[in-house]
Amino acid sequence: MPTTTLHIRRGGPGEAPRHDVFELRFEPGESVLDALRRLRIGTDPTLAFRYACLNANACKECMMLLDGRVVYACTARLEARDMRLDPLPNKTLLRDLATVIAPPDERLD
Amino acid sequence: MYAAIEAVRQGAASVLLLDRSLIGRGGATVMAQMTVAAAVGPGDDWRHHLADTLAAGRGLCDPALAALLCEVGAECILEMDRWKVGWARAGNGFAQVQAPGHDRARCVYVDFLSTGPAVSKALRAQVQRVGDAIRRIGEVLVTDLVVQDGRVTGAVALHVASGVALTIAAAATIIATGGLTRLYARNSASANMSGDGYALALRAGATLLDMEFVQFFPIGHLAPRLIGMDPIMWDPFRYKLGGRLLNGAMQEFVERWGGDAENGTYSTTRDLATYAITKEVEAGRGSPNGGAWLSFTHVPAATLRAAFGPVIDRLAANGIDLTRDCIEVSPIAHYHMGGVRVDTAMRTDLPGLLCAGEAVGGANGANRLSGNAITEALAFGRIAGAEAARQAAEGAPDFSAAAAREALALLAGEGPAQNPAALVARLQRLMSTDVGPFRTAGGLARAAAELAVLRAELGTTPPGAPGLAHDLARLDWLDLRQMLLVAEAVVVAATARVESRGAHQREDFPEMSPAWERNLPLRLRAGANVPELVS
Repeated sequence: MPTTTLHIRRGGPGEAPRHDVFELRFEPGESVLDALRRLRIGTDPTLAFRYACLNANACKECMMLLDGRVVYACTARLEARDMRLDPLPNKTLLRDLATVIAPPDERLD
Repeated sequence: MYAAIEAVRQGAASVLLLDRSLIGRGGATVMAQMTVAAAVGPGDDWRHHLADTLAAGRGLCDPALAALLCEVGAECILEMDRWKVGWARAGNGFAQVQAPGHDRARCVYVDFLSTGPAVSKALRAQVQRVGDAIRRIGEVLVTDLVVQDGRVTGAVALHVASGVALTIAAAATIIATGGLTRLYARNSASANMSGDGYALALRAGATLLDMEFVQFFPIGHLAPRLIGMDPIMWDPFRYKLGGRLLNGAMQEFVERWGGDAENGTYSTTRDLATYAITKEVEAGRGSPNGGAWLSFTHVPAATLRAAFGPVIDRLAANGIDLTRDCIEVSPIAHYHMGGVRVDTAMRTDLPGLLCAGEAVGGANGANRLSGNAITEALAFGRIAGAEAARQAAEGAPDFSAAAAREALALLAGEGPAQNPAALVARLQRLMSTDVGPFRTAGGLARAAAELAVLRAELGTTPPGAPGLAHDLARLDWLDLRQMLLVAEAVVVAATARVESRGAHQREDFPEMSPAWERNLPLRLRAGANVPELVS
């Protein structure tokens, strides 16, 4: 059975960077976001990433780095190989793959 | 956003616009690729639109609210045009298409499949233009309203980005949280449509009605897997191009279940199409993945491209050529007719609490007419904003921190580790299985029992410690707390209504009964977990 291995950067600001490794069943046609949501339900509900619209590429929240390249997780296809996920490098890190992307005048502080 | 704009126009000095995601990027509006109904064409009148809305509602619309939707909604559509939303043009007027249930071409849209994003963008721009009177803060999840002597005086919320609890005092509070589609495994709205507003209103003591009426959109995308596309995208395709709905044997079947032959047009209403597809699948004649085929193979490539230009390229990137390939569709949770009971000024039963948009119950009765959702969001937002400004001008009551204590204690709680994401998935499965478009007493009883089990598993304290940035486990827990209450409301109302009407179909009571031509109001008693019917 083909599998995907996700290497996911974990932790918050100031923590030593580490990548947790998750092996999951490869589902043809799935997006990377689908796989992340599946991981939260089945394996680790604390895994943090951003999304609202699931699949439509409307909310533009799920931007992250896939193998060092900026993608929307909802439009990046899952592949049966090792894939590395990191938070956006030029944004303030919240935790794991989630970063501060709200416009400055729509933040609390 | 329309409510915030209107409140400032009507004199409100300080409006706080909260969104649990980024402002104007979550929710349903931004997802709507389809069309917006408004009597703005030559020879049309909002009264014609009202007649169609009332007919679709199967006798359960609040006529006064439906009239506001149609009359004020048309004004809002014209104002949105002045705000450069970009409604498609034809000749000197708007391009308008005829959606099922309308007596004429009444639905405006923004090409290509851009209606919702364009509406959101235009509103965001207007909100910014209004200036400093509107303070916008995203990523704020309101968890409870604050009630003092029967009056809503503000709210308690979690700032998701930081994990900090917030207390908000307000002279008037407007619930504009949309519907409850996240209760279902297959749904067409954002992940943040958890029915928050219904739960907030219930816990505060307001009344809900028509909770049993969940609209399933019949031709939600099923297969092959598409990425970067909205699952309701086939609706605008059918408006423009007709298309053919076929069973697993590539035969038309809507007539078999009481519909009229479509002959390449799009004329079957949503409830009937949902029924026909479900029954055809049950009869063993579904498509391979358990839905129906939708075919545009008879439409020439040039016609497809003229109608949907760049979308055809996005489909090609997904490996789909509509001149050659059919796609599979099946019903998907799309909208909720029920909601918070309001008067014509969008006031709930509780002083200080207003409601707007899909969260309002009653305007659409038992079945919403295609195209009415964004119209409703705009119209009711405008009315609620004006009323909130009026109430704010009368002054705010003294805010009592003591009244917020219990809600703050919940957010300060530190509970055992658990997997609320998995519990949410279980809730979605049970609602899809037993509280979908077709219901029975047995299925609803099973759902009620399973909801009680889920509530026990959820416990009374969110998992882990408070104060963590972007803590999705606690967020899911808080969402599930609201979703369970809302699911209970749907099950209680669906169990009580022993007839079939519009979007509520009881297989054990298949007929529509004149005795049931009435709304079912629900309230939550203090300390109770399950809402009760009230007379």
